[in-house]
Amino acid sequence: MGSTRREFVRNSSVAAAALAGLAAVPAAARAAVLGAESSPTFGDADLKELAGVALDAARTAGATYADVRFNHNRTQSLFTREQRVQAIVDNETQGFGIRALVNGAWGFAASRDVTRDEVARVARQAALQARANSVTVVRPIVLAPVTATPNGTWRSNIEIDPFAVAVEDKVGVLLAANAAALKAGARFVNSSMFFLREEKTFASTDGSFITQTIYRTQPAMTCTAVSTDGGDFQTRQSNEIAPMGLGYEHVRDAKLVENAPRWAAEAVQKLTAKPVEVGRYDLVLHPSHLWLTIHESVAHPTELDRALGYEANYAGTSFVAPPAEVLGKLRFGSPLMNIRGDRSQPGSLSAVGWDDEGVKPESFDIIRNGLFVDYQTTREQAPYLADYYRKSGRPVRSHGCSYGQTWADMQFQRMPNVSLLPGAKEQSWDDLIAATDRGIAIIGDGSFSIDQQRYNAQFGGQLFYEIKGGKIAGMLKDVAYQMRTPEFWGSLDMIGGQKSYHLGGAFNDAKGQPSQVNAVSHGCVPSRFRNVNVINTGRKA
Amino acid sequence: MTELRSLASARYLSREECEALAKRALAFVTAADAARINITSGSRGNTRFAVNQVSTGGDNFDTAVTVTAYSGRRSASSTTNQLDDAALRQAVQMAERLARLAPEDQEFMPELDPQQYEAGRAWSEATASLDPMGRAEAVRAITAPATQAGLVSTGYLDARAGASAVANTKGLFAYSRATATSLTTTVRTPDGSGSGWAGASHHDWTRIDPAALGARAAEKARASRNPAAVEPGRYTVVFEPTAVGNLVQFISFALNARAADEGRSFFSKAGGGNKLGMKVVDERVTLVSDPFDPEIAGAPFTGEGLPTRRSVWIENGVVKNLNYDRYWAQKKGVSPTASGGSLRMSGGSTSIEEMIASTSRGLLVTRFWYLRPVDQRTILYTGLTRDGTFLIENGKITRAVKNLRFNDSPVFMLNNLEALGTPVRVSASEDGGPGQAVMVPPLKVRDFNFTSLSDAV
Repeated sequence: MGSTRREFVRNSSVAAAALAGLAAVPAAARAAVLGAESSPTFGDADLKELAGVALDAARTAGATYADVRFNHNRTQSLFTREQRVQAIVDNETQGFGIRALVNGAWGFAASRDVTRDEVARVARQAALQARANSVTVVRPIVLAPVTATPNGTWRSNIEIDPFAVAVEDKVGVLLAANAAALKAGARFVNSSMFFLREEKTFASTDGSFITQTIYRTQPAMTCTAVSTDGGDFQTRQSNEIAPMGLGYEHVRDAKLVENAPRWAAEAVQKLTAKPVEVGRYDLVLHPSHLWLTIHESVAHPTELDRALGYEANYAGTSFVAPPAEVLGKLRFGSPLMNIRGDRSQPGSLSAVGWDDEGVKPESFDIIRNGLFVDYQTTREQAPYLADYYRKSGRPVRSHGCSYGQTWADMQFQRMPNVSLLPGAKEQSWDDLIAATDRGIAIIGDGSFSIDQQRYNAQFGGQLFYEIKGGKIAGMLKDVAYQMRTPEFWGSLDMIGGQKSYHLGGAFNDAKGQPSQVNAVSHGCVPSRFRNVNVINTGRKA
Repeated sequence: MTELRSLASARYLSREECEALAKRALAFVTAADAARINITSGSRGNTRFAVNQVSTGGDNFDTAVTVTAYSGRRSASSTTNQLDDAALRQAVQMAERLARLAPEDQEFMPELDPQQYEAGRAWSEATASLDPMGRAEAVRAITAPATQAGLVSTGYLDARAGASAVANTKGLFAYSRATATSLTTTVRTPDGSGSGWAGASHHDWTRIDPAALGARAAEKARASRNPAAVEPGRYTVVFEPTAVGNLVQFISFALNARAADEGRSFFSKAGGGNKLGMKVVDERVTLVSDPFDPEIAGAPFTGEGLPTRRSVWIENGVVKNLNYDRYWAQKKGVSPTASGGSLRMSGGSTSIEEMIASTSRGLLVTRFWYLRPVDQRTILYTGLTRDGTFLIENGKITRAVKNLRFNDSPVFMLNNLEALGTPVRVSASEDGGPGQAVMVPPLKVRDFNFTSLSDAV
């Protein structure tokens, strides 16, 4: 859908695009970073001084708290189809955003013009906007305490800077992969690479000054097969290759050229796969598929702003609410289910040293043995849980889940990596299939949709295999399962071990108004769910 | 507060500033055989509210310059938002360097010669001058009555004003300003058993009535309390215009001529070719994009500088046009499409009340949520109803029902038409931003396919 929508807009209207450009256009279109051949970065000395100007101006204008984020992003995208490079796009953006708290209300203003005068002007604008917003205040914002970090630095641990790799090498990999897929029977092939480097400097009136450099990389491929009579077409996306917080080594390790023939062959195989019979099946879900189910049905409903009603107009609320009635009480799923939030897994998309309000994130349990025990929080949210934390003998602190997609967007609560922990017993994908009498094995994420409280969801996939008597009996197509979250997670009865752990993830998780994208990984293991409702999505045009 | 007004007034580059900036950037072109500059510039302000108070807001200003450089049949692009000479020179050099490294493009299309453009119609001073105080005032027109009524309001106001320009080394220059705004609100009952939504979108802020939207969402919230379960299955459905917009816009995203010709689209014809000239939906359906229709105004040119014009996609149920980029148009011997991106659907004369009155058993749907493609072959989507779903029995709305998931296609829906009402401008984007300009009627449709129930309110 994304690409067709994009094409429609591109071929039709530049002003729509211009206005969208000011919106939450994802990293692919706007964000970017800084390579050897790039323009000079913000110098530390300059930024410290400018940060001082910003924070002083905000305080003078009445702010009781303020923070400033300077971003300098560089992205590079390459798009190909068959033998052709469709686009090579290099994008660089820099600017700053200032958040000011006045009379218990937030204001936020941002500008691309990183000069002393503009920084002071925008700081006043943020404070004055906060004052205008404060007229409606019912419950003033209170921030949980934070430990100041006067000189923090953090960097993604990458091997190869993607911006130092020659473009012709990248093009070479993509076109070679396309050729391999075409040779293996694909009628059409699209492939792409996306790279981001984000330089982010954060300063606050609490005394923090933090500089971080974050990398993200995604190679991707879609093979399309068309039946000889033109009556059917099927696609196979390379969704096991997740976007990662890594450098060019991720492209190298993805082995597109080596994998392309298999993906193409699977697209062809899908044309003649057996349409699924509707009914209830045991599902064995591969981590390359399950990460998205975790994202939608576990990670989103455990965001505290949703539970409190703050996202009711778009992302929605949550069935995991109200907090006082569910914390430590709600049985979310089977006792095999342990879910943890973190921003530290190496190579994960959410990994950072500090979040966008200067909090050092710690790993925290969200679901323990099937029981819901904690929400994802920011500094303004943690105080809502003060009673619960006091009762459990824990400090009222943010879990470090604040994030703003670019300098132009106000930071708010975004999910960290939210992962399903491996089971104690070391068992594999094959072991789960062998233990299943009648079921469907699903690999790769596909179509996905879930309601605004995260109860009712429907998921497709990339590849579906019928399981009969513990063995793969053949390929299926037109498969989607529908679920109700607590029943689905309650039906989890087999779970893989540490050796089968895999990080999936997404670059473009949307939330908030204006909609902002967040990049997040979800670790998980192969898992089996019993007696799930499967529908057939194939229809005749 | 005068300072606030002056601090927050919309900023964007004028025609003269864009011309000067483009000229300055093009002057750095040395290695390329041809080049194009795209400029976008503008301000965006938003105010969010939740639990009957403003929760956050934001004002930002940006200008971005994209340089597309050509080396023979090779090309690449580079974008920067820094406008000093050093940054512009670097962006040009980056594009030139990447272009030289790119392989030759078999589908290369030369830059356009200078073109004539009609003036754009999507500008509103009222939108451009809406500042944080004005936004807070609009929000209070929703939160104050909600508070008084013991309801919980949440919502979002977005206002943008910007300019875009295209220039190239052949002397083409195009410039246009545009505004866009939207206001959406979800009002819930404090016990969480009822939820109602209302929203509007237009380039002209004066066309949006915050108090009326708040009242409508509040009424739906009250009426939707304690919903009952109904069996999933095929229903006659009265779709409010927003719900129609949510679904019908997906047809416009599937109009790509090349995908149709390549056999991977709903618009592909079995056995080869596309469905141009074929009847695909009810004969009462006509779908049009028109950048100069003041109700759905769009830009007067595309990113390549091609003048936009009215495009009729489906007329009386028959496919009249598909979306052709310049390369595919040339290959197929037709004119490239340049439609402006908006969408208007034909209507009829049946009111929503009449649609309800003529229904013995059916559902009324306010809007949809989490719409995702399931099967491109049929434009089949899944998604759920949200914020106001009601049961119709014997010509009357009798009660609220639980939300439902559907698996169906706007194409099937437009083949099962019972009645059409008067088209209105809607806020059809899920995220509540201005999105695509969509004007559609309410519809009564038979046999819409709901596949499961949701407990979500």
